[in-house]
Amino acid sequence: MNSGIPLEYFIILATVMFFTGVYGFLTRRNLITILMSLELILNSVNINFLAFNRYLFPGKLDGHFFSLFVIAVAAAEAAVAIAIIINIYRRFNTINVETVDEMKY
Amino acid sequence: MADFGYTIWILIIPFVTFVVLGLFGMKLKAKISGLVGTTALGIVTALSYITAFSYFSGNGMTDGVFQKIVAFNSVWLNLTDQLHADIGFLLDPISVMMLIVVSTVSFMVHIYSLGYMKGEKGFERFYAFLSLFTFSMLGLVVATNIFQMYIFWELVGVSSYLLIGFYYTKETAVRASKKAFIVTRFADLGFLVGILLLSFNTKTFDFITLTDLNGPAVTSTGGAVFLGMSVLTWSMILIFMGGAGKSAMFPLHIWLPDAMEGPTPVSALIHAATMVVAGVYLVARMFPIYFFAAPEALKVVAWVGAISSLFAAIIATTQNDIKRVLAYSTMSQIGYMMFALGVSGYGGHDGLGFMASNFHLFTHAMFKALLFLGAGAVIHAVHTNYMTEMGGLRKYLPITHITFLIACLTIAGIPPLSGFFSKDEILTAAFHHDKLLFAIQYAVAGLTAFYMFRLYFSVFHGKERQYHHTPHEASATMTVPLIFLAAASVLTGFIPFSSLVTSDGVPFESHIELGIAIPSVLIGLVGIAIAWVMYKKETTLPERMAETFKLGYKWAYNKFYIDELYLFITHKIIFKHISQPIAWFDRHIVDGTMNGIAWVTQTVSFKIRGFQSGQLQKYAFVFVSGVIGLVLVFIYILN
Repeated sequence: MNSGIPLEYFIILATVMFFTGVYGFLTRRNLITILMSLELILNSVNINFLAFNRYLFPGKLDGHFFSLFVIAVAAAEAAVAIAIIINIYRRFNTINVETVDEMKY
Repeated sequence: MADFGYTIWILIIPFVTFVVLGLFGMKLKAKISGLVGTTALGIVTALSYITAFSYFSGNGMTDGVFQKIVAFNSVWLNLTDQLHADIGFLLDPISVMMLIVVSTVSFMVHIYSLGYMKGEKGFERFYAFLSLFTFSMLGLVVATNIFQMYIFWELVGVSSYLLIGFYYTKETAVRASKKAFIVTRFADLGFLVGILLLSFNTKTFDFITLTDLNGPAVTSTGGAVFLGMSVLTWSMILIFMGGAGKSAMFPLHIWLPDAMEGPTPVSALIHAATMVVAGVYLVARMFPIYFFAAPEALKVVAWVGAISSLFAAIIATTQNDIKRVLAYSTMSQIGYMMFALGVSGYGGHDGLGFMASNFHLFTHAMFKALLFLGAGAVIHAVHTNYMTEMGGLRKYLPITHITFLIACLTIAGIPPLSGFFSKDEILTAAFHHDKLLFAIQYAVAGLTAFYMFRLYFSVFHGKERQYHHTPHEASATMTVPLIFLAAASVLTGFIPFSSLVTSDGVPFESHIELGIAIPSVLIGLVGIAIAWVMYKKETTLPERMAETFKLGYKWAYNKFYIDELYLFITHKIIFKHISQPIAWFDRHIVDGTMNGIAWVTQTVSFKIRGFQSGQLQKYAFVFVSGVIGLVLVFIYILN
C-alpha cells in the first residue's frame, strides 16, 4: 500500500490547492469563478482527510466518510449557489460581484 | 346596633355614574345625561338621609354616646403588620352630618345645573365631573383612615381643577384652574409630610385609633423636640397646612377668588359648601389629638382662622365682582369655623366650639350655596358679574330676590335664621376662651352684615341699568333649588346640634347667652344699616368714603397685594435664583452629557461604517486575514 509517496506531498498539494482557491475567491470578480474557487478549497480539504486517514489510521474509514459527506454538501451548495447566481443575474443583469453591493450600510 | 352595610352604595353610585357619563356621555343626549346624573345623586341623597336618620335616631348610640361605626372596611395596602392603608366607610356624628351636607348641596346643584348649564358645550362632561366630585367628597368624609382621606383629598382637588377649568377655551379659566391646583398641591405637600410624621410616631393611619383617648397619638408626649415644639405638634401643624390650603385660609387663600372662573353651580358646590370646608372637617376629625397632644397647633388653627376671617371680610367690602365678594365671604366664614375649632375644649359643654364649628359648617353650606346659586341666577339674567352694572333687579327676579335676601339675613346673623344660632355659638365659645379673638370675630360679624347688604342693595335696589334684554326669572329647575335652600337656611338653625354632633359623642344642652346674642345681633343690624345708607339709593357716599380712606381702600381693593407678593416671591426669587440655575444645569450639564455621548457615538459610527461596504470579497479578505493572523498567534506566540 505504501507506494512511497510521503504524506508531506499530499499536504503540500492540499495547501497549494487551498490557497489557490482562497486567491481565486478573493480576486476573481465573476461569481461562477468564485464558486469554482470555493470547490477547490473544499477539495483540498478532502485530500487532507483522505491522506491523514490513510497514513495515521489505516484501519479506519472515518476520513472517507467525511470526504464523501463534504462532496455531498458541496454538490448541494453548488446547486443553491448557482440558483442564487441566476437570480442575481436576472436582477442586476450581471454576475460581477463588485456591482452586487446592495447590502451595505 | 343596626347594620349599615348598605351605606357603601353611597360611594358606588356616584362613581358608576361618573364612569358611565365619562365614557358614554358623548353618545347620550345632553338632557338624558343630565337626568342620569341627577337621578343617581337623588338616590345617593336619599340613602344619606336614611343613614343619618338611622344613625341619629338611636342606631348610632350606645350607652348615651354616639359611636364611631365602621360600616365597611377593606385592607388595601399592607405596609407592615400594624401599619396598613384601608378603604372603608366610617360613620360618626361629623361624617354623617357631612353626608347630609354634601349630598343635599350636590343634589340641589345637579338640579340647578339642568337649567343653568342648558345648551352649554360639554354638558355631559359637566355632569360626569360633578359625579366624580361628589364621589370624591363623600369618600373623603367617610374615610376610616388618614391615608384614604388623603387619596380622596387629592381626588376632590382634581375634580375641582377640572371644573374650574370647565371653560377650557377661556384663558383666565385655565389659569385659575392651574393656580388652584398648584396652590392646593403645595399645601398638600405639608399634609403628606404631616401624615408621614404622624404615622411614624403612632404606627397607625386609623382615625379610631388616632383619636382614641387612650390611643398612641393622644397620649403621646410628642417625640423629639424641633424648634421648640414636639414632632407631633409639627406634624399636626403640617396636616393643618393641608387643610388650610384646601379651605383657603390665609396665606394659602389666593386660589379661591380666581376659582370663581368656573361655572357658578360649581362655585356653589365646591368652592362654597363642600370642598373648601374639607380643611375644617380634617381638623374636626383629628380634634382630640390637637386638643390633648398638640395644643400649640390648635392655637395656630385659632389664629389662622381668626386672621383669615377678618382679612377676607375687609377685602369683601371693596370688591365689585359679585362672585368674588361671595368667595371672600366664604373664606371669612370658613375662618370662623376654623377659629371655633381652635378655641374649643373637649367633652361636654367645653366642646362648645367644636359643636359650633360643625353647626356653622352645616348652616353655612346651606346659605352660601343659596347665595351662589342666587348669584348664578342673577348672572344668568343680566350676563355680567359686576354689581356696578346691576341694580333694581328685585322687580325682574322676585324669587331670586326673596331667597337672596333670606340668605343675606342668615349670614348676617339675624334671628331666627340659622346663621344666628351657629354664629352665636361660635361667639359664645370664643368669649369664654380668649377676649381678643372674640373681639376680632365680633368685628367680622359686623363687616359680614355690611358687605352682604352692600351686595344685596347694589344688585336688587339702586338705579336700574341698561340691560341687553329685559331680565327675567330663571326656569323652575333653577328656582326650586333656591327655594329649597332658602327653607333650609331658615329652618336648620332649629336642629338641636348640641345633642347630635359633639366633640366626644355625648349630647349636651346648649342655650343662647343673651349677653352675647344681643350685641351680635346689634352689630349685624348696624352693618345692615350702614349698607342701607350707602347703597340703598345711588349716592356719592361710597366714593367719598373710598376717597377718605384712600390708602386702606386701595390696599383692600387690591387684596392687600398678596397675589403680587406671591408673584414676587415665585418669579423674582424662586424662579430667578433657584429654578433658572437648576434649569440651566439640567439643560447644559445633564442633557449636555447625554447629548455628548450621543454625538460621539454618531461621529464614530459615520467614520467606521465604510467597513460595511457590501463588497463580499472585502469581507472575505478580512475574514481570511483574521484566520491567518490567529493561526500565526497560536503558532508563534502561544506556543
